[in-house]
Amino acid sequence: MTASAHILQKGSVTRVMLLVLACLLPGVLAYVWQFGWGIVINLAWASILALALEALALRLRSYPLKPFLADGSAVVTAWLLALSLPPLAPWWLTLVGMLFAIGVAKHLYGGLGQNIFNPAMIGFAVLIISFPAQMTQWAAPLSLAAQPLTFGESLGFIFGGGLPPGLGLDAVVSATPLDTLRTGLLQQHTLHEIQAASHVFGSVGGVGGEWVAAAYLAGGLILWALRIVPWQVPAAFLAGIWLTAGFLHWADAGRYAAPWFQIATPSAMLGAFFIATDPVTGATTPRGRLIFGLGAGFLTVIIRAFGGYPDGVAFAILLMNLCVPLIDAYTQPPVFGAAKKK
Amino acid sequence: MISKQEFATLAHNGLWKQNSGVVQLLGLCPLLAISSNVVNALSLGLATVFVMAASSLAVSGVRNFVPHEVRIPVFILIIAALVTIIDLALNAFAHPLYLVLGIFIPLITTNCIVLARADAYASKNHPLHSALDGALMGLGLTLVLVILGGLREVAGQGTLLSGIDLALGPAAKGWVITLLPDYKGFLLAILPPGAFLGLGLLIAGRNWIEQRALRRAQRDARTAAAQPA
Repeated sequence: MTASAHILQKGSVTRVMLLVLACLLPGVLAYVWQFGWGIVINLAWASILALALEALALRLRSYPLKPFLADGSAVVTAWLLALSLPPLAPWWLTLVGMLFAIGVAKHLYGGLGQNIFNPAMIGFAVLIISFPAQMTQWAAPLSLAAQPLTFGESLGFIFGGGLPPGLGLDAVVSATPLDTLRTGLLQQHTLHEIQAASHVFGSVGGVGGEWVAAAYLAGGLILWALRIVPWQVPAAFLAGIWLTAGFLHWADAGRYAAPWFQIATPSAMLGAFFIATDPVTGATTPRGRLIFGLGAGFLTVIIRAFGGYPDGVAFAILLMNLCVPLIDAYTQPPVFGAAKKK
Repeated sequence: MISKQEFATLAHNGLWKQNSGVVQLLGLCPLLAISSNVVNALSLGLATVFVMAASSLAVSGVRNFVPHEVRIPVFILIIAALVTIIDLALNAFAHPLYLVLGIFIPLITTNCIVLARADAYASKNHPLHSALDGALMGLGLTLVLVILGGLREVAGQGTLLSGIDLALGPAAKGWVITLLPDYKGFLLAILPPGAFLGLGLLIAGRNWIEQRALRRAQRDARTAAAQPA
């Protein structure tokens, strides 16, 4: 939606992108607090890569560098991807992800405003399909890690792959709560047994993860209060997760995780407020946004419960991205003054 | 007999100008499904070349006897008979490869490019020309298959010619080339999305070469016009 003609507002892509980055900060801080320094290194590395790849792509397409580099959209993509990856992801994982995000998903489709799919989610999807092992080596929450890595040790692990002597890989990484659930269910345990046997489950979501989710929620609410994102998408996305998960949980509480647990995952909150709300790849009509959000939430839970991958936010949003032209075509609001169709 | 000029035209059409893989976009089903490595791609490509050459020859031979209305069933029967020969031959002489290629050998029957050439070219031209056209069109498809298979194999697992022992027996096991030792593997390239991405890049690459050649030709034409003789 654009501002009405009589409102004097300095609206620009750069301003929106900077505000999005600012509203991601609470989430980043919670991340550092709960999971250590890895995420900061990944964010910085992804941002550098994003700007370099964006500059390269612009050069190849003979576009001017400065206005497009300064709009900040590449950095937002970088942050969204880095926040979706494991906090101690090796450097080449981020590189491959950014190559697909900026090179394929953004510039091969025509650059900012032309891309059908959310670039960060394309990068994520490519990585989880290609490198499932590395993508599930999630850094353990600091409260559970045997020995938290210092900044230098994190740097060494991300760029060199080496751990300090005497420290095994199991001491720094652990499965995510969603991953633990999936593995347990495959071994025919009930939800209750899995949650009792593992330390990764916190009071609402996962240990550490629930705080990050809460911080994303806070940042997302600020973004909404500033009218950067429309309320329909996050509300419908979370409602879609809640309703679908609630139904499944009601049908079989021993197999399907409770709705509050599904919503308190960082990926769900990040997806609801920062990824599904992408103005380029999301629906543009008010009713369309509700459908888009509900569909994405529904698919997220379905993929988590029945799919082959532990989390479904990325695939759900990409699938709904595909439906956007159809949704927009069928949800055009009537022209003001026109008679309502029966 | 066939003249050099005619041969050059057929070859240019089959291999570049009307390449079935990257220009006509026909026969994509085996192209996308079987191009996960070079050996599979080359085997299926050569089987298709044989079927196309033989079916074009046969179709061209009967072109004056087949009523126009029932030509498609007749062509399909001819093609299916030839595919059955290839199917049985592979099963007998390269059984492991037969197991890998599986359903895609019988599916050559339904490959659009085979019927397309039979109907569009062989049913209107001399048998010799038709057989040559079928073979060259098939070679064009094989070329794309092999390039795509090579790209996906190198990107996906860092080797070339893996599985060659399936086609040529255990003696060929040592022929596998490992280009990238200690490669972690890039699963996406092996999986179906890798085929679509790879084919898209090949089509883009071909278009880029064509456009560059076109621009160069235009520039040459301008400079030639600007200089009075």
